[in-house]
Amino acid sequence: MSNRAKLFIPVAFFFVMLGLLFYGLGQNPGEVPSALVNRPLPVFEEPDLFDATATISNEQLKGGIFLVNVWGTWCAPCHAEHPYLVEISEREKDITFVGVNYNDVAEDAREFLAERGNPFKLNISDDDGSLGIDFGVAGAPETFLIDATGTIRYKHVGVIDNRVWEDTFEPLLAEIRRTQ
Amino acid sequence: MRISMLIKACVLLLSVMWLTPAAAAAIEELNFDNDEQKARYSELIAELRCPKCLNSNLAGSDAPIAADLRAKIREQILAGNSDREIEDYLVERYGEFVLYKPRLHAGTFALWFGPPLLLLAGLFILRRMLAASRQTAVAPVDLNAQEQQQLNALLKDTSAGNSSDNSSDKKAGTDNG
Amino acid sequence: MIPELGNFAVMLALCLAVLQMTIPMAGAFTGNSVWMNLARPMSAGIWVFLVMAFGCLAYSFLQDDFSVAYIARNSNTALPVYYKFAAVWGAHEGSLLLWVLILATWGYAVSLFSKKLPLDIVARVLSVMALITAGFLAFLLFTSNPFDRLLLNTPSEGTDLNPLLQDFGLTVHPPFLYMGYVGFSVAFSFAIAALLTGRLDAAWARWTRPWTNAAWAFLTIGIALGSWWSYYELGWGGWWFWDPVENVSFMPWLVGTALIHSLAVTEKRGVFKSWTVLLAIAAFSLSLLGAFIVRSGVITSVHAFAVDPERGMVLLVLLLLIIGGSLLLYALRAPVVKGTATYGANSREVFLLINNVLLVVATSMILLGTLSPLIHEAIYGEANRISIGKQYYDTMFIPLMALVAFFLAVSTFSRWKKTSLQHLVSNLKLVLIASVLLGIVLPLVITQGFNPAAMLAVAMALWIVISVLKDLYEKTANKASRLQGLLGLGRSYYGMQLAHVGMAVIITGVCLTSHYSIEQDIRMAPGDTHTIGKYEFTFRGVVEQPGPNYTANSATIEVSKNGEPYLTMHPEKRFYPARGDTQTEADIQVGFFRDLFTALGDPRGDDSWVVRLHVKPFVFWIWLGAFMMAAGGVLAVLDKRYRHKPVLLANEQAVPVVPESLEVAARVNNA
Repeated sequence: MSNRAKLFIPVAFFFVMLGLLFYGLGQNPGEVPSALVNRPLPVFEEPDLFDATATISNEQLKGGIFLVNVWGTWCAPCHAEHPYLVEISEREKDITFVGVNYNDVAEDAREFLAERGNPFKLNISDDDGSLGIDFGVAGAPETFLIDATGTIRYKHVGVIDNRVWEDTFEPLLAEIRRTQ
Repeated sequence: MRISMLIKACVLLLSVMWLTPAAAAAIEELNFDNDEQKARYSELIAELRCPKCLNSNLAGSDAPIAADLRAKIREQILAGNSDREIEDYLVERYGEFVLYKPRLHAGTFALWFGPPLLLLAGLFILRRMLAASRQTAVAPVDLNAQEQQQLNALLKDTSAGNSSDNSSDKKAGTDNG
Repeated sequence: MIPELGNFAVMLALCLAVLQMTIPMAGAFTGNSVWMNLARPMSAGIWVFLVMAFGCLAYSFLQDDFSVAYIARNSNTALPVYYKFAAVWGAHEGSLLLWVLILATWGYAVSLFSKKLPLDIVARVLSVMALITAGFLAFLLFTSNPFDRLLLNTPSEGTDLNPLLQDFGLTVHPPFLYMGYVGFSVAFSFAIAALLTGRLDAAWARWTRPWTNAAWAFLTIGIALGSWWSYYELGWGGWWFWDPVENVSFMPWLVGTALIHSLAVTEKRGVFKSWTVLLAIAAFSLSLLGAFIVRSGVITSVHAFAVDPERGMVLLVLLLLIIGGSLLLYALRAPVVKGTATYGANSREVFLLINNVLLVVATSMILLGTLSPLIHEAIYGEANRISIGKQYYDTMFIPLMALVAFFLAVSTFSRWKKTSLQHLVSNLKLVLIASVLLGIVLPLVITQGFNPAAMLAVAMALWIVISVLKDLYEKTANKASRLQGLLGLGRSYYGMQLAHVGMAVIITGVCLTSHYSIEQDIRMAPGDTHTIGKYEFTFRGVVEQPGPNYTANSATIEVSKNGEPYLTMHPEKRFYPARGDTQTEADIQVGFFRDLFTALGDPRGDDSWVVRLHVKPFVFWIWLGAFMMAAGGVLAVLDKRYRHKPVLLANEQAVPVVPESLEVAARVNNA
């Protein structure tokens, strides 16, 4: 390389970096990636929220489409998202809604569901957050979509609203339903 | 219309709050079987990233998930798991994102070997510059009469400055601010 | 009314800046001295308008004018007056106004202290600075205006300043940091002017040096204050986390350090010109990159400003214009390295260049580490994010700094042009023996323990200090008296050596703190005691205390030393109702050889609390060293020759420049 050409190295390097920063502007750095997407559900057996003697295991989340929602009464965004979950659970009949009550007091959770409607067919109580860790959960709300083979297809962090549902969940659901 | 916008604004605000960093450090007391375990624990919670916070390790976060993960790590240390096993446990669930010290693989090759290679390249270029400088030094230079005159004047100047080794040394030192 | 006045002042400043970036520059190209002479008054004008704007914002803060959106978000009637003023730069919009005001201040300073500079250079330098000012003023007005109003539904109370920022250290941290960042715009503008004129001589380097030293000193203080703040305010007892926000302030500092040394070589020996210019561009470019990273939210960090991609986009365009433009200009106009001047293998030039390489490699490493999560994500997708933290940076940075410390002492004893190996060896032999011996003995005697890492650190620090002392001794040896010798050495010599000793002090502080700190989190009930070394901590319980805009749980911890009562400490946990935030206030007793650090955790029932007790040896030395470095920089700026030299400079210009081939010949004959 000639000495003249070498002088262009800094500006070339800068433009590569600029491209990278431009790419970065379109990303959301706050989002935590999920290591579990496209992997099978973790193995677990946790108590039922409404029946402390019974347990729910991962075996029960097989053979259909499952939507696992991690929530807690302490979590304000969960309150905001709840009515919408009730709404879609009534609409999407082929999906089994599963609630994971995370780091919460069971009594409060039961009261909350009685008051505001219960969108969940299965209610798992994870009062010590250990199931949350197995799911790679960092906070609430987080929602997992599981297909008929028991594979986690998607993890959504944060509130689900109409826009999120239509933009991200519906296309995925269409694909899952097609391949079933 | 107004109300729905208000609700949207609230939801937005809440989802932002969800990510608010827990800036305060976690201060908690813990008992271990021995000091070695305690040291390993301190090391691990310093090296592992809190998955919910903006940028802090498990030791420096008050977030509930950080507390849960610290408890999990403590449990595993007491159960006799190695550091590597504990890291694997977390990577399996949260990805390599939780490791502040990235593992060496194809994707982090440049990260780990880039700086040392850059240093070698820099020193190599420096060597070549030195060699080039020495070559120029030996190369004979043709001077015309006028230049020769200027050169002589210049030489007088420099030799005056160099008359005492110490004074020139001092000058050199003084100029290195 | 007042906010509108401020807004108007910003607009006027922008108009003036647009004029200033064009007219004096055009004057410089056409040789029109009337146009060029406009540069100085216009700098003053921009500065006055921005001071007015800043004053208006500050006044509105003090008046609790919550109709201004920015004030409603960042202040509160209960906020103490001092913090109301500091809240002006408490968030993005106001801190940007401060940033531009400081840029205008540097511009005005250049216009004041450049009486002896050729007019065309002054015109070009001020035009380039005005271009940057105009860019950032437009950014401020169109995307981040601190004067925007909430006239329709003015809140009756503000949401308060972030409690983390309600602290003296953090209120003075941004002004110093920005003085440093933005100060590099002067060296940058001188570099651009040099590229435009093609005049890249020793005089250019001499003009640039004091400005660079001053900016570097400010940046040093700014970084040190930030680190000191995170040490006592975040309650974790650490002082540096390699967070992106810390990294982006550290990168310009490292390059600035390289620039200071490279400028010295360029001034004294006329070599490495193209490299020096590139460093001058890089130092300010990295400052701008820092502004982008902190204000766009592109990289996750603990204390970045609110995330806003639109602002990020505008900033990216500014980066493209300013950095891209200057690097392109560099590529087209920089003198091609011909290797004309000569320097021997052991010359001071070479040793300074080696340290330049080390500093630049360290900077590249930090840049790579900061951007790596983004690079990795771009290549491997979002699901495969990685994190780069302290462990990575420490592993890479410490060996590089050890090499810097090594060559620092070597270059102290080297001479310009050529140094005989024998001279170096004879000087360094003694230093090496003394530093290694003392490095082993001191930690052994003081701690009664064997810790090789600590010994290495102490030896390294002594290696620098002893070589500085030896140099001082030798430089005064031939004088009539030592005192006369000491007085004869210039301020810039003392500045340099003070900064070098400062580095040794930092090395000592950093290494000894990380090796000898004792940190314990324990549960304590009233009356419980816990002993760390010779200190015994007795917990006396927690009481609730009201503050101006918070309520505090204040603990009382009595400390005795060797059994004697020593002091009482009051770490607090504060609750700020306006934001619903809780804040840990550590109580620290600063000492020369060790800090006592206490922080309060959560209640655990039965009046017992979790308490953090640290004994941190030598941690104070980190900031002491930084202060010494900055003081060194200031001393160098105050050197007499920067004030007396202008007369000489005029002479230099009058004399036709000696052809370079002749310079070479002179050196050949001389050797």
